[in-house]
Amino acid sequence: MATFRVLQPGLLTTIQDLGRYGYESQGVPTSGAMDEFAFRVANILLGNEENAPALEITVLGPTLEVLEDVAVAVTGAQLPVEVNGKKRMVWTSFPLKKGDVLSIGAVSSGCRAYLAVNGGFKADVVMGSASAYTRGKLGGLEGRPLKKEDLLFRELEKKPTKFYRVDERYVPTYENVAEIRVILGPQDDYFDEDNIKLFLNSTYTITKDSDRMGYRLEGPQIRAKEKHDIITDGIVPGAIQIPANGNPIIMLKDAQTTGGYAKIATCIWSDLPKLAQLKPGDRIRFKAISVEEAQKVVGDLEKSIEQIKATLKIVNYFDITVNGKHYDVVLENIN
Amino acid sequence: MYDKPKILPAGDRAIVVEYGDEISEECNARVLNLYNFLKNSKVDGIISMIPTYRSLLIKYNPLKIDFEKISEYVKAASNAKGEEYAFKPKVIEIPVAYGGEFGPDLNFVAEYHKITPEEVIRIHVEPLYRIYMLGFTMGFAYLGGMSEKIATPRLETPREKIEAGSVGIAGSQTGIYPLDSPGGWRLIGKTPVKLYDPKRENPILLEAGNYIKFVRIGPDEFFNIKEEVEKGTYQIKTYEYIEKR
Repeated sequence: MATFRVLQPGLLTTIQDLGRYGYESQGVPTSGAMDEFAFRVANILLGNEENAPALEITVLGPTLEVLEDVAVAVTGAQLPVEVNGKKRMVWTSFPLKKGDVLSIGAVSSGCRAYLAVNGGFKADVVMGSASAYTRGKLGGLEGRPLKKEDLLFRELEKKPTKFYRVDERYVPTYENVAEIRVILGPQDDYFDEDNIKLFLNSTYTITKDSDRMGYRLEGPQIRAKEKHDIITDGIVPGAIQIPANGNPIIMLKDAQTTGGYAKIATCIWSDLPKLAQLKPGDRIRFKAISVEEAQKVVGDLEKSIEQIKATLKIVNYFDITVNGKHYDVVLENIN
Repeated sequence: MYDKPKILPAGDRAIVVEYGDEISEECNARVLNLYNFLKNSKVDGIISMIPTYRSLLIKYNPLKIDFEKISEYVKAASNAKGEEYAFKPKVIEIPVAYGGEFGPDLNFVAEYHKITPEEVIRIHVEPLYRIYMLGFTMGFAYLGGMSEKIATPRLETPREKIEAGSVGIAGSQTGIYPLDSPGGWRLIGKTPVKLYDPKRENPILLEAGNYIKFVRIGPDEFFNIKEEVEKGTYQIKTYEYIEKR
């Protein structure tokens, strides 16, 4: 039985998990959730595996008709979430009933939100992952973004049981300017000191020509000592290429696995969620840290996930009727 | 080639082991040697790897193995002699129908070099092509070994759609389009074999370190093989590569 019918697909809504690993040697990008933090928390709120396939929403969310009783949670970018026109809390799981209409609006801050369902979304699993890679037309739902009239199914047809809310202390806020920590290299030796300083001391703007594959930046142009081209080598999400025009490109989850431009620096993994929440027009400053410094903060993302799990609030939902009037009541355990 | 490989950080979850700044079989052999060694040794904390012409990118989980440990491990492994990590390369036969509707630029390539289309085909099927690496797009192999006698510049205006399986020439490179895509290569032929097939056990046919042998087929055979490929009954011919010494 299908769980949702898509009434409006939103701007770019795809099914993602934590990515496709082991095929990069054959040219397959990892894909996967751009903001792994928000993605994992959405699944945690439903008692799912953290890697369970969920919808990645970009800028404008979908409207879904609910076809069976389920539970969902929305995390990530701030946007309005409504059920039959009534507001619902984000970073909180809640129940849906057959016949409800779940509508998710446009972001007021951040760029990407995640909608997880209890049991996880059913998707095409290709090379070990459910992540949609739209350029390769694989994974997700037929390798493409959602469209009107699509039916969405669940992997496991579990009944909703408990509902949770993330403690406000751990809900991130998204700004229009972000500081992103980088480790210089692997080809920082292609650039002289002045150009590295220029790169680190400037503010760059994300251009419209930015997507899951990469962000193209506008700002002071960076010049290599001699040439910008290298013998094509491997790329990781977060790598910052400097092509001959001098405008940096940050490679992201759908980026090709190899490239021929010098990479001045690479963003650290814990800052990729922050990067994923920036949209065209937002600004970035880079801060260089050493490998040793990076090692000290390498567990930060895992730590915040652990803290969230340890401080989840239990939430209960009731429908009550008093003197013929219906009320939605939300009760939270306070300890 | 460098005296010792360089170990470079690529962020906090990957390192690059770089053997040189050149495209050569020798350098690439070192890369693939380390790649195959690490693949077989199953080091806890290594997530995945990307072998390229002259370097190996290794993604690791820093919560399991730190930068120093993985660097030391890799240094020790890459100093050892090549033969120890026996990797037996395979030759993969790729049947290709040349010219006509299969290779609309075959005549251009022939005229460009003032030779006959038959000669172009003969020169193209002769070598064993080394797969240096895959990248650029899913399943795309960078091949080495094409004769300069048929090296031809790209189209001035790229085609909007080139069908998967098309075999082309761009400069002194030859390659096969794994997916339908736009492109500017001079198309000389087409293979009915799928380089990418999500239904296959190994969805991507080619692997770095192996070799390709193009085998000429006629139009009838092309369609016969294509039918078998669709049915899933076609067996791709492979055999062990024997090094010429």
